[in-house]
Amino acid sequence: MRLKYLAIGAAVAAMTGGSVIAANAQAQEIYVPLATYRTGPFAGSGIHIANGMHDYLDMLNARDGGIGGVKLNIEECETGYDTKKGLECYEQVKAKKPVIFNPWSTGITLGVIPKASVDKIPILSMAYGLSASAVGNDFPWIFNPPATYWDGLSMIFRYIGGKEGGLDKLKGKTIGFIFLDAGYGREPIPLLDQLAKDYGFTVKQYPVPGAEMQNQSAQWLNVRRDKPDYMIMWGWGAMNPTAVKEAAKISYPMDHFISVWWGGSEDDALPAGADAKGYLALNFSAVGPNFPAIKDIQKLVVDAGKSQTAKDKVGTSHYNKGVYNSVLIAEAIRNAQKITGKKVVDGADVRRGLETLNITAARWKELGLPEFGSPLTGVSCTDHNGHQSAYMQQWDGAKWVKVSDWIAPMKDKVRPLLEAAAKDYVSKDAAWPKRTEPCDKSS
Amino acid sequence: MFYREAGQYKTTYSADQAVFPILQDRIGIFVILLLAFVVVPMTVSGFVLSSVLIPIMVFALAAIGLNLLTGYTGLLSLGTGGFMGVGAYACYKLTTFFPDVNIIVLILASGLFSAAIGALFGLPSLRIKGFYLAVATLAAQFFLSWCFVRVPWLYNYNVSSAIEVPTRTAFGVHVTGPNATPVTRYLVVLSIVVLLTWIASNLVRGRIGRMWMAVRDMDIAAELIGIKLYQTKLIAFAISSYFCGVAGAMMIFLWFGSAEADSFSITQSFLVLFMVIIGGLGSLLGSFFGAIFILGLPIMLRTLPELFGLTIRAATVEHLQFMITGALIIVFLVIEPHGLARLWQIGKQKLRVWPFPY
Repeated sequence: MRLKYLAIGAAVAAMTGGSVIAANAQAQEIYVPLATYRTGPFAGSGIHIANGMHDYLDMLNARDGGIGGVKLNIEECETGYDTKKGLECYEQVKAKKPVIFNPWSTGITLGVIPKASVDKIPILSMAYGLSASAVGNDFPWIFNPPATYWDGLSMIFRYIGGKEGGLDKLKGKTIGFIFLDAGYGREPIPLLDQLAKDYGFTVKQYPVPGAEMQNQSAQWLNVRRDKPDYMIMWGWGAMNPTAVKEAAKISYPMDHFISVWWGGSEDDALPAGADAKGYLALNFSAVGPNFPAIKDIQKLVVDAGKSQTAKDKVGTSHYNKGVYNSVLIAEAIRNAQKITGKKVVDGADVRRGLETLNITAARWKELGLPEFGSPLTGVSCTDHNGHQSAYMQQWDGAKWVKVSDWIAPMKDKVRPLLEAAAKDYVSKDAAWPKRTEPCDKSS
Repeated sequence: MFYREAGQYKTTYSADQAVFPILQDRIGIFVILLLAFVVVPMTVSGFVLSSVLIPIMVFALAAIGLNLLTGYTGLLSLGTGGFMGVGAYACYKLTTFFPDVNIIVLILASGLFSAAIGALFGLPSLRIKGFYLAVATLAAQFFLSWCFVRVPWLYNYNVSSAIEVPTRTAFGVHVTGPNATPVTRYLVVLSIVVLLTWIASNLVRGRIGRMWMAVRDMDIAAELIGIKLYQTKLIAFAISSYFCGVAGAMMIFLWFGSAEADSFSITQSFLVLFMVIIGGLGSLLGSFFGAIFILGLPIMLRTLPELFGLTIRAATVEHLQFMITGALIIVFLVIEPHGLARLWQIGKQKLRVWPFPY
């Protein structure tokens, strides 16, 4: 008896599940899928980013009726920061003709890079993913503005140089580098080694295995022994707050502890509370809700109950990075509409829009986000990154405070490394497609 | 009534020893293969092929590999993820050295490296048993994951320490890389899985399989009847790792397209182990059931709300799917602790006597 029900149940499940959802793309909409992760081990960071991305686009829909009069069809796909699920998301949204895809994980980005040119979907991996994809001639469909990890590292060194009174003062000093032992964390090492050679300092590496993110006592014991003059961190998720807490525990001077932008969220510093005072992190988007556009988000989206964001989380560091990501999406779509004269643009148009991305200080102001990011002007057909400046922010025990002006990266040191890496990537695949996409004049 | 073997007389030994001695089973497997090879590629969308069917096939093969070791030989292993990784990295290195060799040959060959590594880590299995062996294989898993990050030679000194699958063709058709259509990739995966499953089914019915099962049921008794324990266990490790290695190579080359070291983490090992337990220890068919249940069901659950026109937030669907899958696992294990394969067997038995059960 029981078996019969089970068999019927299984049959019903198989029938309903097996049939595929037909994509029913409406003509008068622009489909923008967002790969987000509100679940899984990195959800703590992912939720804020997802909210920021979603809310800004929702606000455009509510305030302006979309972009250029066309409504945006925003859909989230849950990746859980897992490559398997992320690729599944990509395949799922592909059928609905997305104009852009944001993978939000290095693993997923690497997986979709070769597919982008075949499926004609531009990939926007904002300041993460494959650094070499900044070379537009080899990767016409991949974009990673505003800065690569190598830019980030060079900016950190400029900041240190400013404090020490010149980079040549670093001679004989020790720089500690604590990083997540995965592709992401290891990426800055070639540039770090080169800078060490150029300026004569020693590098101590402290790798943190992914499974041991929350147990870093061994690494910090070594830090205490080695006494590096500066600590630089490339971490993500639970690794960051753990590192900050451990640094505070060994009373490492916090104002000599500098993280890349992914370690600059409130949640990274809060657990250590007042002990984290002085901790530094790079950031490329401003913190705080005091911008007209973010006020619009609060009014039209969050207060209207259309968002999953908690009211006090609007304007936090990672939330604003999500907003920054959506500004790039929106500007690319707007550019694409301007170039093609079409209202409903497709992936190929938005690729052209991304290549002519040009957000000047005046444009930031027009967007209702004055001084939100540094002017994004360097993106072109050959340079898909822009190598924009970022600023240093410092934790004052309760919130982030901007402590530096915009710091420009050392483009002269980064670009040759990028070109070499791109050449290396392309040379490994004899069938890598040559760029055939024509180049538009920057608008 | 329909599923009854009455009247099917066997006149030769080979007919009696056939894989499918019952006519209805032969027809059934023929229909399934026909569906899988002809109807599915023609009717099913690219999304279902590349996100549902290819993953299920890949993991079914890995589950068969683990099943040979855990289900047939009784050796618990937690190194599956690592062994899959060995296959993937071996295939990557092979195709770097021999770019012109047919990629399907290389995928099959990469399993051999995995087999060698598997046999090496199987060495302690004579001395330690049960949970202690699981811990020893856990060491293999961690050591291999460490290698995938720390030996840059394995990923050709790539800056992002990932492997990127290059475009390769076989018989003039794109098999790997972005230009390979889902249908091609699906057919290649399916052919490899069918071939290896056929080999596995003959292995477990033959001398080696009987040796394995004897060792599993009681190793001292097996030793007394003249089975060399050490050899038998090492063979089990090698063959099991071969299957896992091929599955790993297929996972990266025909499904992901690129891999980082954490694609082969301990999570993967557990996933495959759960497939084996839920599908049924010591059953090849169970490995397929396990893969469908653990991998396919969540995807179907995720598409269900949309099917009924409900708009549920992506994250909520994810949470629901965790809860439902978890509950179903418990339900199935309570109903039938021997796995889905046993359930299938009971169903067949009932069908045999239907409509007059006794």
